[in-house]
Amino acid sequence: MRSRPVLTILHRLAILAYIVFALFPLFWLLKVSVTPNDLLYSEGVRMWPSRTTFDHYAFVIAHSAFPTFFKNSLIVAGSTAITVTVLASLAGYALSRFQFRAKYWIVALMLVTQMFPLVMLVAPIFKMLSPLGLTNSLTGLVIVYTAFNVPFATFLMQSFFDGIPKDLEEAAMIDGATQFVAFRQIILPLTLPGIAATLGFVFTAAWSELLFALMLISGNDASTFPVGLLTFVSKFSVDFGQMMAAGVLALIPACLFFLLIQRYLVQGLTAGAVKG
Amino acid sequence: MTFAAHPHAAKPLRKRIADASEPYLYSAPALVLIIGVMLVPLALGISYAFRDIQLLNPFSGGFIGLDHFRALGQDQAFFRALRNTLWWTGASVFLQFIFGLILALLLDKPFAGRGLVQALVFLPWAVPSFLAGLNWAWMFNPVIGPLPHWLHALGILDAPNNILSDPHLAMWGPIAANVWWGIPFFAITLLAALQAIPRDLYEAASIDGAGPVQRFVSITLPFLAPTIAITVLLRTVWVSNFADLIIVMTNGGPADRTQIVASYIFTQAFKRLDFGYASAIALVLLVLLLVYSLLIVLLRQTLLNKG
Repeated sequence: MRSRPVLTILHRLAILAYIVFALFPLFWLLKVSVTPNDLLYSEGVRMWPSRTTFDHYAFVIAHSAFPTFFKNSLIVAGSTAITVTVLASLAGYALSRFQFRAKYWIVALMLVTQMFPLVMLVAPIFKMLSPLGLTNSLTGLVIVYTAFNVPFATFLMQSFFDGIPKDLEEAAMIDGATQFVAFRQIILPLTLPGIAATLGFVFTAAWSELLFALMLISGNDASTFPVGLLTFVSKFSVDFGQMMAAGVLALIPACLFFLLIQRYLVQGLTAGAVKG
Repeated sequence: MTFAAHPHAAKPLRKRIADASEPYLYSAPALVLIIGVMLVPLALGISYAFRDIQLLNPFSGGFIGLDHFRALGQDQAFFRALRNTLWWTGASVFLQFIFGLILALLLDKPFAGRGLVQALVFLPWAVPSFLAGLNWAWMFNPVIGPLPHWLHALGILDAPNNILSDPHLAMWGPIAANVWWGIPFFAITLLAALQAIPRDLYEAASIDGAGPVQRFVSITLPFLAPTIAITVLLRTVWVSNFADLIIVMTNGGPADRTQIVASYIFTQAFKRLDFGYASAIALVLLVLLLVYSLLIVLLRQTLLNKG
């Protein structure tokens, strides 16, 4: 197809507009986090302060509970991501490779869990976990987040397994391997991009979850980052520099994970779309 | 078929049971968790809707029949939240979809640096929702954010005030944050669908003399239609339940102008610890969403049958 220069320029401008729109709020977060307090109000709408400082970061790291929140969130999001990926690989493999009677019902069940409002479960889950001693505990959060993320992760893993030819396991099984061995030693290594994408998806989701963390966690010791930051905001709502420094810190792990997996995103979804 | 004709099919019983149970073994851990942490609480939640359950009141817990629903029928705050939900969901999904579709079309053509551009424009999707909410709340704050000053300079606002505290405009704050945050989701899904369209169709159409608009209408749109239908449906349900941004940015205020049903449920459960009433509202929301989804599915069936 020929492309005319005017169209090309319009195309690039539109792309640029999207980039600016996507990045500006994050840029502003960064900007305020490095603005010294005395310049915060006098240089309010300047694009970059005349002096920068890392004092806000130093304060947040040394004198606040944010390192604890950060650690809690890492534990919760990391454990959730790993557990979900293991469970979803197994279930996704079953859905991809076996024809069995309950398959239709399992798919229907998982689809239903994607449709109903999770906020419905806030009260009952609190009631169920509290006698088990799982409120105000990171384990409780990991269990809840794992269950919430398994259905979507299963479908994602299934679409990756569907993209791998069946002949590979069949060859291994003719050579005497059981299906589970074939799955573990041949299929799983081939699905590494899918595993990375699933880990990234679930990590980001668990890192960001707010409502259940607010409901289930009440003390600082077990607070995840969202809960900690929100408490901080409602208590010390004037110290914008510190809040935004904490915000930038909360952004780092999620963005790192995203950059690692983003090139698999469209690819993985394309595989699913071609099939459906 | 007889076993005698297929000696290999006559596996021992134990082996046959093991084979038949294999898929169940693979899916059992996931299923146990889904049933235990989602279905059981769902059933409990439905039962709470008919019981008097207040966390701080040890004498509560008895069945009260439809009392919660009678109270709900009188609850003006609930009906306001219902109207706000329609407005919030409609505006958010519409804008996310339009801008997401444009972005997907822009990214569909190959150009130098596309990978990098894709990473940058999809980045908001990775931003935790609570942080997106806080970030936009700060952007709307005239003390540290630029938006009120820009909107004032453009003549949209009379004075550089925080729109989040203006009852008439407050809803636009969470909607803006939601659109920023949700565009990548639509763009990723639609881009994946676009890339699945066979390229030769476009070439054939160009040779036959079809212009870009004609190609879009007669090739791109029909191919995208199923993806659009399913993503818009799922997203509508999802956004109407998405209370994070509202809880973070306005907490339902000012004067309940941004309270949606989902945030109202959360407030009832979290602040008032009235689990019974919260569950009753949640049940009503669930029924409404089910009716909506059924209507869409029926509509799609009718359209398909006609075509």
